[in-house]
Amino acid sequence: MRMIDVQALHKTFTLHLRGGAVLPVLRNMDLAVQAGECVVLQGPSGAGKSTLLRAVYGNYRPQSGRVLLRHDGGMVDIVTANPRQVIDIRRRSLGYVTQFLRVIPRVPTLDIVAEPLLARGAALPRARERAAELLERLRIPRKLWDLPPATFSGGEQQRINIARGFCAEFPILLLDEPTASLDQDNRRIVIGLIDEARKRGSAIVAIVHDAETRTAIATRLAPMPALEAAA
Amino acid sequence: MSALEMPLLNVEGINKSFGRQQACREVSLELWPGEVLGIVGESGSGKSTLLKILAGRLPADSGFIHYRSTEEGIVELLGANEAQRRRLMRREWGFVQQHARDGLRMGFSAGANIGEPMMALGQRDYGHLRNIAKDWLRAVEIPEERLDDAPRTFSGGMQQRLQIARNLVTHPRIVLMDEPTGGLDVSVQARLLDLLRRLVHEHNVAVILVTHDLGVARLLADRLMVMRRGQVVEAGLTDQLLDDPQHAYTQLLVSSVLGV
Repeated sequence: MRMIDVQALHKTFTLHLRGGAVLPVLRNMDLAVQAGECVVLQGPSGAGKSTLLRAVYGNYRPQSGRVLLRHDGGMVDIVTANPRQVIDIRRRSLGYVTQFLRVIPRVPTLDIVAEPLLARGAALPRARERAAELLERLRIPRKLWDLPPATFSGGEQQRINIARGFCAEFPILLLDEPTASLDQDNRRIVIGLIDEARKRGSAIVAIVHDAETRTAIATRLAPMPALEAAA
Repeated sequence: MSALEMPLLNVEGINKSFGRQQACREVSLELWPGEVLGIVGESGSGKSTLLKILAGRLPADSGFIHYRSTEEGIVELLGANEAQRRRLMRREWGFVQQHARDGLRMGFSAGANIGEPMMALGQRDYGHLRNIAKDWLRAVEIPEERLDDAPRTFSGGMQQRLQIARNLVTHPRIVLMDEPTGGLDVSVQARLLDLLRRLVHEHNVAVILVTHDLGVARLLADRLMVMRRGQVVEAGLTDQLLDDPQHAYTQLLVSSVLGV
């Protein structure tokens, strides 16, 4: 079943503070991803891999093209969806995991991780149970669960963000270097999570730089050549 | 369409001038149940003027404000008579001011500040009012034993939290907020922000939040509107607007702050 269908996507950035310079990043980009696939984007730095993920998430606004996502049994174009629809797609169908945790003052770790599953409609005990399971698996010491992660180490914050990203079991998952700077043991734990999500039927698009993770998770590679600077 | 699929507020073509200075130019917006709409811009952008017009504290030169009231159906507020407008505001709206002293009765006790809006709605049972006030003090993290103290003996952060309790106690559907974290220390701000986030969510209240602080907007707002010289220059989902700003002025605003 097709879950993501990117069609003829164009994305440029116009830098008004730099005299209106135009940076082309994506040109005529197509990408289709089926349920149960993990597609790893491949290309040099600057090829637009992160930009593509952000456009699929509805975070960046392309100049033209479509990003169809399976939501509520149909395909919805997130490019033209209104803000409330985008929020709904993200709440129920679409997850996005980076290595950076956005800390909210005073909110304890366990609640940060449980929040996406709660937002999807799960009951509080079930969401907390799933969050605890993930924190346990990612080896975040139990004594930290009730504390806000503002003062935790970078590696701990990263793993908490991964736990949060996998908590709701979204049908579509976008991963932007989820394993960057993790040690080998933790990286293998994350590889396990990605693989399980895929086997459950999630459609996954990932950016990963280390060969081990790429080989372990990819069912297909999608090459992204660098664009010639046309500005 | 069910009531949840309709906007609570539909504002169209608001204009307002002070002499030759145009403070609001053809401003339109929608507000949906339970969402937080942030209005950002520098001082003089017209965002506070717009908020005052929405609150009925300043007349507009032209435009419409359609409000979908629980009890009275859709009411056009700029054309409504004063009695009806005041009634709706009292029952269904709240207004959190930047300076708590403008939104509180500084000579009354904390308990009376929370009880008064309930009394205005006809609640007369003194014991009951006192219990509600205690519950709300707890909800906004003010020790219960301060119930009979006047807010002028409170810290700035406590005063602001008391003002929020006073505004939420009647379970309004819309709360307007004008720089609610404005004059507070950063650590006090963080606590207030977390509290606001939680209360807005728990009570499913729709908020229009005026702020010049993009960090506050990022944390609280679902959608943003950017105003400049009385006009809306860009509007959209909060993260779209802050991460991929399209308009030159939005790019300038975003590039002028660190790490939002």
